[in-house]
Amino acid sequence: MSTEAVATRPAIDMARIRAWLPAYGVYAAIALLVLYNIAFTPNFLAWSNVRIQLIQVAPIVIVALGMALVIGTEGIDLSVGSVMALAAALIPLYLGYGVVAAIAVSLIAGAAVGVVNGTLVAKVGLQPIVATLALFVGGRGLALVISGGQLKDVRNPDLLFLGSGDLVGLPVLVWTAAALVLIIAFVVRRTVFGRRLLAIGGNRASSELAGLPVRRVLITVYIVCSVLASIAGILAVARIQSSDASAVGLLIELSAITAVVVGGTPLTGGKVRVLGTVAGALLMQLVIATMIKHNLRPSTTEMVQAVIILIAVYVARERKTR
Amino acid sequence: MTQGIMSDPEAPAAVVAADVRRAERTDRIVGRIQRQGALAVLVAVVIIAAIAFPNFRSFDNTATILVAAAPPMLIALGMTFVIITGGIDLSVGSLYVLGGVVSAYASQWGLLPAFLAPLAVCGVIGVANGLLIAYTRMAPFIVTLAALLGARGLMRAISDEGSTTYLVKNSTFRTFGSGSFLGIGYPVWLVAVIVLIGIVMLSRTRFGRAAYAVGGNQDAASLMGVPVRRTQIWVYVISGLLAGLAGGINAAKLGSGVTVLGTGMELDAIAAVVIGGTLLTGGAGTIAGTIAGVLLLGVIQNMINQVGNLNSSYQQVISGAFLAVVVVAQTYLARMRRVT
Repeated sequence: MSTEAVATRPAIDMARIRAWLPAYGVYAAIALLVLYNIAFTPNFLAWSNVRIQLIQVAPIVIVALGMALVIGTEGIDLSVGSVMALAAALIPLYLGYGVVAAIAVSLIAGAAVGVVNGTLVAKVGLQPIVATLALFVGGRGLALVISGGQLKDVRNPDLLFLGSGDLVGLPVLVWTAAALVLIIAFVVRRTVFGRRLLAIGGNRASSELAGLPVRRVLITVYIVCSVLASIAGILAVARIQSSDASAVGLLIELSAITAVVVGGTPLTGGKVRVLGTVAGALLMQLVIATMIKHNLRPSTTEMVQAVIILIAVYVARERKTR
Repeated sequence: MTQGIMSDPEAPAAVVAADVRRAERTDRIVGRIQRQGALAVLVAVVIIAAIAFPNFRSFDNTATILVAAAPPMLIALGMTFVIITGGIDLSVGSLYVLGGVVSAYASQWGLLPAFLAPLAVCGVIGVANGLLIAYTRMAPFIVTLAALLGARGLMRAISDEGSTTYLVKNSTFRTFGSGSFLGIGYPVWLVAVIVLIGIVMLSRTRFGRAAYAVGGNQDAASLMGVPVRRTQIWVYVISGLLAGLAGGINAAKLGSGVTVLGTGMELDAIAAVVIGGTLLTGGAGTIAGTIAGVLLLGVIQNMINQVGNLNSSYQQVISGAFLAVVVVAQTYLARMRRVT
């Protein structure tokens, strides 16, 4: 009797852990890292440090939200970094007409990129990786052509407020990211569009047969992703107070994909974890911050990031085979 | 129409046969365009460039294009193998840089280490990629993305965070990078030999057949007794080895292991492979197409350099637009074939 109980209990626990780990592993990892930092990193809980971490993670969160939606449809968007650069390059050109006009032009440019990506994926039927590769290559080139390859300082106080101003004690940047997280979470969970998106990601053929407007939903998803990326681009310009098309959003597609994957959204589509994505971005930010605080070199940080990605995907994979 | 068929039973058979023949012919022509499209465009672009730019026609310029295309050609060759099996290798850009740094560092011990060290290091990472993809069934996209980060970290770790540039100490190795035989640089000859080996491997060996089978339908290949896992591991090893060698060649050419080049190299390689008519879905593709794709991107870059006042940003815009146009055309051609 007692030996039987001893024999079966570990098996149950393993099964439970396996079911639990993909869903809540990110939060557990964040909790562990935070506890470690509170114990061993001086000034970790100082408001100035928390503030910097939040400001640094905000653009990645914004881009990762769009990426999560695209990945939910079994796609991928490599062009987000180029869209950020494009948005950044357009800002100083139209700032003369006022902040609103400049932001509007940047957002429209982002939406246009989304239309191209979405059309190539949904109507032409290209694989998302190739479709968005074209604008990944061309988009940054276009941004450099627009900006003349030069770094331009931005001095408009209204725009700079977006990047460095405070609202009720928190940076505007963080408020913007938080608001976008709530909107996207609402869209995914509570709207018809969200349901359709997940259905298409789960099984595109049967969604088509069920009469869902597959193409329209796909194009909209790519537009949303690009517009979110241009918001991140605008905020990046506002924060660093200059527009540098060659540097803004460089390699952010990798950070965004990492955040989404670490957050537990499978690359196979049909599932979007919005809060998980935010947690994924926070986790990667915490890892980097922890290693910098302990004087580990950036090279080590990169190798650790690689291992974390592999572990996260490996853990998520276990659930699928079960 | 129906009456004609009713009255003459011989006619429909003939009509159907003619239809089939016409469909077969269309299929053949469309298929040929899809496979050789990149070559056709390459020829067209070269003719235009030769007419428009007098300097383009010179032998020196051709040699320059070929030498510049040598490392990308190796990377795209490895990528072709990977993509034919239905995978993707995002780590090659990092491996290229890592290979260059390792090669420059190892050149202090002689010519052979300068070649073998990058092959060893990048080959091991290729093995890791292959094992993870074949045995854990994780998506190639994610595994090689992690390898991209890991290899970049490794490169920075051995170059003091990218601040140390190792010079190539071995003069023979430097001569290999900058010297030439019959007016064409040594790297081009080496790459040509490797590409020939690659063509034979892909079209004439059991391994090549297995690569196509795995990319076409992994489950069916497995049931037929094709060694799926071994094939998958080998393509990533080949891709890693070729990326490392490409890095070594570049180090020999530049005389140092430069730590900043190579970002986006993997996407250039994918672009060249896709332009060459290899489908990302796997199971189809040729190395000849990849050669045309790589040369096409090289010629476009050369043309933009010839214009002079156009900067490199335009080159990105044009390459991006080109990629989109070619891929869309390829997709429609592939669809036409399936319909007919």
